[in-house]
Amino acid sequence: MSDRALITTRNLSVHYPLRGGLIGPRQVVRAVEGVSIEIPAGHFFGLVGESGSGKTTLGRALLRAAPITHGEVIYDDGEVRYDLAAIDKAALKDYRSRAQLIFQDPYAALSPRMTVRDIIAEPLEVMGLTKSRAETDERVREIATMCRLNLEHLRRFPHAFSGGQRQRISIARALVSRPRFVVADEAVAALDVSIQADVLNLLRSLQKEMGLTFLFISHDLSVVAHVCDHVAVMYLGRLVETAPTRQLFARPRHPYTRALLSAIPSLDPDDRGRTRRLEGEIPSPTDPPPGCKFHTRCPYATDRCRAEEPELEDAGDGHNVSCHRWRELGEELAMD
Amino acid sequence: MTRLLDVENLTLQFDTDEGRITAVDDVSFSIEQGQVMGLVGESGSGKSVTAKSLMKLNARNAVYGPQSRIILHLDDGPVDVMTLRSAREMQLVRGGAISMIFQEPMASFAPAITIGSQMVEQLLIHTDMNKKQARELSIEMLARVGISDAARRFDQYAFELSGGMRQRAMIAMALSTRPRLLIADEPTTALDVTIQAQVIDLMKDLVAEFGMAIIFITHDLGVIAQTADTVAVMYLGRLVEQGPVREVIRTPAHPYTRGLIAALPDLENLDKPLTPVPGDIPSPLERPTGCVFNTRCSVAIEGRCQHEVPQFMQLDDHHRVACHLAARERGAA
Ligand SMILES: Nc1ncnc2c1ncn2[C@@H]1O[C@H](COP(=O)(O)OP(=O)(O)OP(=O)(O)O)[C@@H](O)[C@H]1O
Ligand SMILES: Nc1ncnc2c1ncn2[C@@H]1O[C@H](COP(=O)(O)OP(=O)(O)OP(=O)(O)O)[C@@H](O)[C@H]1O
Ligand code: SF4
Ligand code: SF4
Ligand SMILES: [Mg+2]
Ligand SMILES: [Mg+2]
Repeated sequence: MSDRALITTRNLSVHYPLRGGLIGPRQVVRAVEGVSIEIPAGHFFGLVGESGSGKTTLGRALLRAAPITHGEVIYDDGEVRYDLAAIDKAALKDYRSRAQLIFQDPYAALSPRMTVRDIIAEPLEVMGLTKSRAETDERVREIATMCRLNLEHLRRFPHAFSGGQRQRISIARALVSRPRFVVADEAVAALDVSIQADVLNLLRSLQKEMGLTFLFISHDLSVVAHVCDHVAVMYLGRLVETAPTRQLFARPRHPYTRALLSAIPSLDPDDRGRTRRLEGEIPSPTDPPPGCKFHTRCPYATDRCRAEEPELEDAGDGHNVSCHRWRELGEELAMD
Repeated sequence: MTRLLDVENLTLQFDTDEGRITAVDDVSFSIEQGQVMGLVGESGSGKSVTAKSLMKLNARNAVYGPQSRIILHLDDGPVDVMTLRSAREMQLVRGGAISMIFQEPMASFAPAITIGSQMVEQLLIHTDMNKKQARELSIEMLARVGISDAARRFDQYAFELSGGMRQRAMIAMALSTRPRLLIADEPTTALDVTIQAQVIDLMKDLVAEFGMAIIFITHDLGVIAQTADTVAVMYLGRLVEQGPVREVIRTPAHPYTRGLIAALPDLENLDKPLTPVPGDIPSPLERPTGCVFNTRCSVAIEGRCQHEVPQFMQLDDHHRVACHLAARERGAA
């Protein structure tokens, strides 16, 4: 594992215009706001946060599939270096083969009229990455084997498959172009627990075998804790904390991370604690509160928090945290 | 403890274009008053249709087995829901003795009617309140589940509320008629964890206050561990294990329950490998013979599990399991 950053963003913002009324100012959704993050090559990087926090939007911006309103996204795999906000058409075409997306819904993602072989082969054909049908077939068989798909099944149609098998087909399709960077957006959310473990294990082993860098987006913190080596937490379009997985789960430095962790229902029936529950709901991204975006729900908020937005700072131990009070809160937030 | 519900030999099939499929196969269980029963199982295992059977709410193509009995023990004596026919008779259970929070959030609220009018209408049918009293109680219930500005929300439509708010409103509506049994079908699955935690706390408070029994359906064993007294595990339409929540989670006896727990990421133990249950859930059109789990069971007994349906065996007073191997280990076979 090398620590060179494959993806670096600086102050990245993605704003969507809202179809506003005739009167009043035009509104925008600040889906991602001022995010600076580094995803080291070879990492299995987790991205968590509640619904609407901007995870999908950030993932898509890194794939150049969402508009980059402000800031920079740099992709650098040692072979090529792209500045995604200013990338030209030819380079973008090359980038598409280097960066891929795995979707959440294994039922919606696959065209019902194509055979499994054609579904997996399509990216190669669209991007013109192979010279002959024989070469395409060879690549399809190779990736299908790596994804533990039965080669006999390549001639079938996707409706014949269960959720877990469909997700393996989607993974094969995403990896057939031999990308370096893969965004997996809620890739196991639609699967039953008994099947989910199989897909997670497959993703981890593919990452090692193919030397991939993953951005693994999930709202399930227990899953992220098990598969990711590094985690970033988002709230209302902002990055609030990043840290190596174990540090994050043992010693969260941001009050929101702490609250997320305590909200996970424990598997122990004798541990029915209800301490440190968060009140209220996530504010609307069209009308975010001033100051720290979390102050409306934070038990530690002060006047400064209500007025001034904290910056992401290095808090040691590999943590980066965006909270005015992280120094004083250290012990208070540790998980026991 | 006082018995509230006995489900006996519930069998439910659906007529479909591809033939008759079995969704629930000979399921029996009981619930005591004030008890919370968790119902878990993979998608398609029959949790929702079992729950809907308790109010005979399944689609028209449903065919109930002739042995099926659903006995509700009400103050005026037992009622077999299976024998209720007319809409009037059904009112006794639907929204009366039993309320349900549906898995499809929009199924609980009609889109074109305000939340308030729906709550009032229910109360007018099921209680002898007048309109004014019904309105007051509804607003009180909305406030009770933590909806701020309840009087204003009363006049809103379901789509105007956030997910967490809508879930609270559904709980308020389901509880306003003071049912004896609340069926909550995945009430927190679509919610964020911080909101899920709020809703779970709310439901616990309401059980303590109202003393009704709950059937809590979920995929999430953590949610079960946090809310339920007992748990029933379903697989492909069959109940495979049932018992007190501590025992089933700590000492699961059925290979499927064990597999489910082994597959679950556990925050307390990040080094635990995630072990999937091998294979895939068979289609309901290809129900395995013998034990329904035998196509995925790594400890299946050759020549037996494929042919013979395992019957329930008591492990102790409350914990029971349907598995040939568990029975053999017990020396009971
Ligand atoms: N194309 C779009 N146009 C307008 N608003 C958008 C668009 N895409 C996303 N948004 C808004 O941006 C915000 C962030 O959305 P996003 O989908 O990135 O969140 P998320 O963290 O992935 O949530 P979830 O967990 O629900 O998938 C939301 O408020 C969403 O409504
Ligand atoms: N009206 C119907 N006609 C035909 N089949 C049906 C009908 N309703 C349900 N089924 C089938 O009955 C089985 C059990 O469905 P049910 O909805 O109870 O599953 P579940 O355990 O609640 O799953 P989930 O966890 O996905 O909600 C499934 O195979 C389903 O497809
Ligand atoms: S900056 Fe203030 S409001 Fe924001 S998380 Fe820190 S303590 Fe809470
Ligand atoms: S009865 Fe046989 S196949 Fe079924 S769970 Fe037990 S051992 Fe496995
Ligand atoms: Mg998303
Ligand atoms: Mg269901």
